[in-house]
Amino acid sequence: MDHAPVPSAPPAAGQVVLALEDVGKSFGAVAALRGARLELRAGEAHALVGENGAGKSTLVKVLAGVHGPDTGRVLLDGQPVTLADPAAARAAGIAVIYQEPTLFPDLSVAENIFMGRQPLLSGRRIDRRGLAERCRALFERLGVALDPDRPARGLSIADQQMVEIAKALSFDARVLVMDEPTAALSGVEVERLFAVARSLRASGAAVLFISHRFDEVFDLCDRITVMRDGQWVSTDLARDLTVDQVVRRMVGREVSSLFPKTEVAPGEVVLEVRGLTRRGVFSDVSFDVRAGEIVALAGLVGAGRSEIVRAVFGIDPYDAGSVRVSGKALRKGDPAAAMAAGIALVPEDRRQQGLVMELSVERNATLTRRWKLARGGLLSSRAERASAAEWSQRLQVKAGKLSDPVSTLSGGNQQKVVLAKWLSTEPTVLVVDEPTRGIDVGTKSEVHRLLSQLAAEGLAVVMVSSELPEVLGMADRVLVVSEGRLVDDIPRARADEDSVMLAATGQGAVAPGGVR
Amino acid sequence: MSAPLTKPAPLPEELAAPERSGRRGAALVQRLVLARELGILAALVLLVVVTVIANPRFLSGQNVRDLLLSAAILTVLAAGQTMVIITRNVDLSVGSVLGLSAYASGTLMVVAPGTPVVVVVLAGMAVGAVCGLLNGAIVAVAGVPSLVVTLGTLYAFRGLDSLWASSSDRLQINAADLPSGFKSLGGARLLGVPVLFLVAVVVVVLVGYHLRTFRSGRELYGIGSAPEAARLSGIPVGKRVLTAFVVNGALAGLAGVLYAARFQTLDTTAGTGQELFVVAAAVVGGVAIFGGSGSVYGAALGALLLTTIGTALPQLGLDPFWRDAAVGALILGAIALDRALQLRLAARLRGRNARR
Repeated sequence: MDHAPVPSAPPAAGQVVLALEDVGKSFGAVAALRGARLELRAGEAHALVGENGAGKSTLVKVLAGVHGPDTGRVLLDGQPVTLADPAAARAAGIAVIYQEPTLFPDLSVAENIFMGRQPLLSGRRIDRRGLAERCRALFERLGVALDPDRPARGLSIADQQMVEIAKALSFDARVLVMDEPTAALSGVEVERLFAVARSLRASGAAVLFISHRFDEVFDLCDRITVMRDGQWVSTDLARDLTVDQVVRRMVGREVSSLFPKTEVAPGEVVLEVRGLTRRGVFSDVSFDVRAGEIVALAGLVGAGRSEIVRAVFGIDPYDAGSVRVSGKALRKGDPAAAMAAGIALVPEDRRQQGLVMELSVERNATLTRRWKLARGGLLSSRAERASAAEWSQRLQVKAGKLSDPVSTLSGGNQQKVVLAKWLSTEPTVLVVDEPTRGIDVGTKSEVHRLLSQLAAEGLAVVMVSSELPEVLGMADRVLVVSEGRLVDDIPRARADEDSVMLAATGQGAVAPGGVR
Repeated sequence: MSAPLTKPAPLPEELAAPERSGRRGAALVQRLVLARELGILAALVLLVVVTVIANPRFLSGQNVRDLLLSAAILTVLAAGQTMVIITRNVDLSVGSVLGLSAYASGTLMVVAPGTPVVVVVLAGMAVGAVCGLLNGAIVAVAGVPSLVVTLGTLYAFRGLDSLWASSSDRLQINAADLPSGFKSLGGARLLGVPVLFLVAVVVVVLVGYHLRTFRSGRELYGIGSAPEAARLSGIPVGKRVLTAFVVNGALAGLAGVLYAARFQTLDTTAGTGQELFVVAAAVVGGVAIFGGSGSVYGAALGALLLTTIGTALPQLGLDPFWRDAAVGALILGAIALDRALQLRLAARLRGRNARR
């Protein structure tokens, strides 16, 4: 930013349009919101900040009518309202841009934007020409050149997000909620979005902006609300706050104590990836990982990080390049060979890809070793139980009984079972994709301690993570992926929020052809 | 396809930002969709040409009329089924609904011989609509997968039909029991075309028009394309799915009345096994089984193609037993074609993003 963040005096400021009072929301035993508070004023941009898991997205879903609050009230123009479903929230003039685009892949871009609100001719027929024209006008206002008639399938994440923004814009909303809309956007697109948000604010709309990028928060917003662990912490005028103050309120504790990473002298190169390319997904990705090293793949959602590690492990195909483990070339597209060579992959979505939810803890933990534990083709329950008991003790899995279904465990303990399942194969390279997503803070640091300890024992760890604090706290090196390319290789000493985010958003120094 | 497709009027070039996703995206998709429907049409033409060469009488007036009559019932069922499949559901009970409706309308004419044909048709459709309401309510309200629900009602409706027939002591309704006004409907023609087939054409055009032109129709595609996104954008998902099932039930009921008019001998086995044939027609016609895409016109062409195979094989001197194998090969071919087109489309669209 080359200009000081001066929050312009909000025009016609004052009137509270939408307010949340002591809102609580629980999912099962997990309280996502406990006494959340928020006041959105007309003609004002309001920032909501907090760590991942602080309850921001749940709060957005309450505003959007997706979740009804268990306790507390939602007030619209001072009157209590019930936003029973998304349609009710829309009717109340609340437009939401979600973190992850929610488009209809089979339908055209124009239909995506105007679904349920298409312009009509006589007899309630859809006016197709009017539809395309309105869509084009919106795109013109946003300065994007997308074809209204093309299907949403195949749009890049940034383009999908622009479609979402156009959708929100088409409402003429009184309240515009943006849940991390800029994560996938480039600088120019962010500027366009902000221009639109400012013009909406000037015309009297209330804007709620959620972001991890403080320069954007201070650039756009007049007021900042901080949340932590589902609770309201503070609301202040942006001009009265500094970034440091905001961070301290968000974290509420010393950052460094979260991630007990022990220093390890890296050993031999165990994983060598050279020129890995999958057309249209990622290209020319090359990197090495040494024994005892934790290497993080950082980048924006949709940059292609998970796709790269899936290709390395052999789940996804690739068009060019090579993968070597301990010097031996790995056949592509063969997860069994990858496992035999010593790679273990803990997938992003443990419920879908990592665990069989209905099976017991011990069955899940020994799934990868079922052939080794079998005698004459038959699994021995005793061997299963012994193996599972050993690993759950080492990882401190908190389960009632090992014969209980995995679905009864908490998210953190489920993740430990997945880890146990893979560690029992005694891998030399452990690939973890979003290891602590959806895990409470306490268990999170346990998972981190575990990874750090495993690295100290000589395991090479590749970690894909969207949580910057986790990346910065854990990684010996940060490989930054942007639009399917490795754009930077940042050693621990140089890695900080700025260097990683700049590279991830394509604004940092780009090393052509990837980096070794 | 080398023939240039006519595009809508050229678009003004006033857009400031450089074009990056390309104006041609829409043309590309239209071409692929068209390729899908032209593919079925080509298969149909090929089949007819080969059969005519083998047996010139295949295209005789009576033969074609028989073909269209047989296709009419399947087409009506396929039109309804398309609405359901587009929402990422399926209705396996339509064969039983057809049977129940056929028996109900037959009974109505036996009990009250003076009933006007229109009332009989409406009664049959009402029976079907009630069946569809039951299916849809369980699927939409209770959230049970439609495959399981309609598998259950497939047997339940058939059982109801049998129970009714045995308790009323009227196991079979014969042509002699039916009023002549109704019977003449089966053979009636308008400008040489069987009326039953015209009914099917009207149904297809109406359903196609609705799916393309009305908000509620587009919302069915949205629901099947991305159910979660549909919920978030405020589409009344339950209501729409319920409506799709009710309409499909009513059309299966109509198919039951058409069946009664065409065959004029009704017992409790009418329509047995039709459900999978209907799904096959839709899939061959390019309706994606996971919802979100496909057209009722494609499904209708699929129904016509499957019916034609059935009548063409004997003409080619092949055992009719080959019909099932041919239908199976067609389904696999259609799925392979869909997959190939989809991959090509994905690659082209992806290439576009990468290039910008």
